[in-house]
Amino acid sequence: MSIPDGSSAPAIAPLAREHGLHLLAQMLRVRRFEEKCVELYSAAKIRGFMHLYIGEEAVAVGTMEALEPQDAIVATYREHGHALVRGVSAGAIMAEMYGKLEGCSRGRGGSMHLFDAATRFYGGNAIVGGGLPLAVGLALADKLQGRHRVTACFFGDGAVAEGEFHESMNLAALWQLPVLFLCENNRYAMGTAIERYESETDLALKASGYEMSAWSVDGMDVRAVEEAARRAAAEVRDGGRPCFLELRTYRFRAHSMYDPDLYRPKEEIERWREHDPIPALTAELQAAGLLAEADLQELERAAAEEIEAAIAFAEAGKLEPVEDLERFVYAEPRAAR
Amino acid sequence: MSAQAVTLTYREAMRQAIREALLADERVFLMGEDVGAYGGCFGVSKGLLEEFGPERIRDTPLSESAFVGAGIGAAMGEMRPIVEVMTVNFCLLALDQIMNNAATISHMSGGQFEIPLVIRMTTGAGRQVAAQHSHSLEGWLAHIPGLKLLAPATIEDARGMLAPALADPNPVLIFEHGGLYNAEGELPEGAGAVDIERAAIRRAGSDVSLIAYGGTLPTALAAAEELAGAGVEAEVLDLRVLRPLDEHAIVESVSRTHRAVIVDEGWRSGSLAAEVSARIMERAFYELDVPVERVCSAEVPMPYPHHLEQAALPQAQTIVTVVQRMLNPRG
Repeated sequence: MSIPDGSSAPAIAPLAREHGLHLLAQMLRVRRFEEKCVELYSAAKIRGFMHLYIGEEAVAVGTMEALEPQDAIVATYREHGHALVRGVSAGAIMAEMYGKLEGCSRGRGGSMHLFDAATRFYGGNAIVGGGLPLAVGLALADKLQGRHRVTACFFGDGAVAEGEFHESMNLAALWQLPVLFLCENNRYAMGTAIERYESETDLALKASGYEMSAWSVDGMDVRAVEEAARRAAAEVRDGGRPCFLELRTYRFRAHSMYDPDLYRPKEEIERWREHDPIPALTAELQAAGLLAEADLQELERAAAEEIEAAIAFAEAGKLEPVEDLERFVYAEPRAAR
Repeated sequence: MSAQAVTLTYREAMRQAIREALLADERVFLMGEDVGAYGGCFGVSKGLLEEFGPERIRDTPLSESAFVGAGIGAAMGEMRPIVEVMTVNFCLLALDQIMNNAATISHMSGGQFEIPLVIRMTTGAGRQVAAQHSHSLEGWLAHIPGLKLLAPATIEDARGMLAPALADPNPVLIFEHGGLYNAEGELPEGAGAVDIERAAIRRAGSDVSLIAYGGTLPTALAAAEELAGAGVEAEVLDLRVLRPLDEHAIVESVSRTHRAVIVDEGWRSGSLAAEVSARIMERAFYELDVPVERVCSAEVPMPYPHHLEQAALPQAQTIVTVVQRMLNPRG
């Protein structure tokens, strides 16, 4: 697979200043948040597994534009960006990574298991492919109750090799369920390149075997992602049927903080860095005369301020009392919470 | 109310329970392999497709992981799914969903989500269907915190356990022993929900506690009957709920009889019987007159031929022999 050149992408609406700045702001928030997470990991404030989204921000930011508050999201263990863009507060995410009670999962899930009922964010699923059946079920519930909602299910290219992917695609298509399958193809299943584990590396082609619309989009181009996601989400919402988008992207950082990143050439990473979605959109906005230097500074300032506040919130947070260890293994009466 | 009794089979009792649940709550639906047009592999859901239609009686592809996971998602989406997994052996294909999602999400999310899901599955041997359709894996699943496990062994429980299981905000697994579907019994007309918390004494006795569940309950009762002929009064305790265990009932029974035999169709090593035995050691050690005994399945993949299958399964005669040895250790 080559780096997408966007030549087959459909026409995208002219860039409006306000919207362009919004997209850039969202990508910057995610990027700066995770850069800070690296520092905090090094300082042992954040422990366990941590998977960075750096390089892939255009996917979460672009797709989320197509979703509405009533829609559901099922994400993977590389989901800090998705949660942030969806509207889970940076403080609740950071506190979760600190393992604090104020975290969006009471500190019990950590980086890989961000949950938030208020924004219908259903995890944070760290079994590759494990979220897909859940998404199918959430969409089935919507269909049975006559609700016109979309369940957006993010998963990586690695999940396409799992049986749960094929079972879920089949079921969603067979039952015509409103699932938006969003395959974030960053070309590696942990450290194994897609050519080394997939018989068919055109994942949209593979998905189209399940009788649903499926196409690929340049996942490094936030506006192309948004356009594709809007089109796909409309098909799901109005057509009441599933749709598959392959978002061709790349992670600039290692798989996780434990990964020495020995399986791919440095030149490959450098080549992809030239397609970094943040400088790309910045340049596009500047070329169109829509972004002044002061605007950029303001976006950076706002992101930094939000992150500092999130860290302060996490630092000030409490640890869950050990006596609560076994709470919620089984559901508690609602009034007790 | 007149307590006029009706005679029905375990299968019919299950069907009545499902039908009643579908009638009582629009959110309830049944899905699984062959639950619709076929009428259920074991005939439990026969006629329900015709009555309730394909939206609520959903035949699924052979995709255990997807449809069990879809059940979890639908439960999180305010539905009340009953998922049928044809046999416990096939639930291994859905173990990721059962363990990593159904049992985990409530705790891992800090209590934000409930999974009011019921999964029914057939379990057990005795029908010469060999090693890939005969196992009793309840003990494995009972290992997992976050799940509740029920083993209806009587007509009353087959009829009455589903409604409270559906009302429970947690994932509940119901194990139906394949050898019980044709069992017949009497039930008062209008019998309904039973408790899903406590074990039940199915036969009172003072000399030994036979602790059984599911398919081994009839075996234990047959052994008790034979022992009675020899003047030994065996108490038969039906566990009914395999997780969380009714420890109180176990300790209470053993404290009266001072002898315990656990009868479990699972393999002995790492079994539910091992867990029950450990609870007795922890809570009633000084009540025991003799060591706890276990009658379990032989530790082999279940063989096809009748004589070998029977040799591998817990038998009433084995229980009788074990009890006689406990009562007369030098005999």
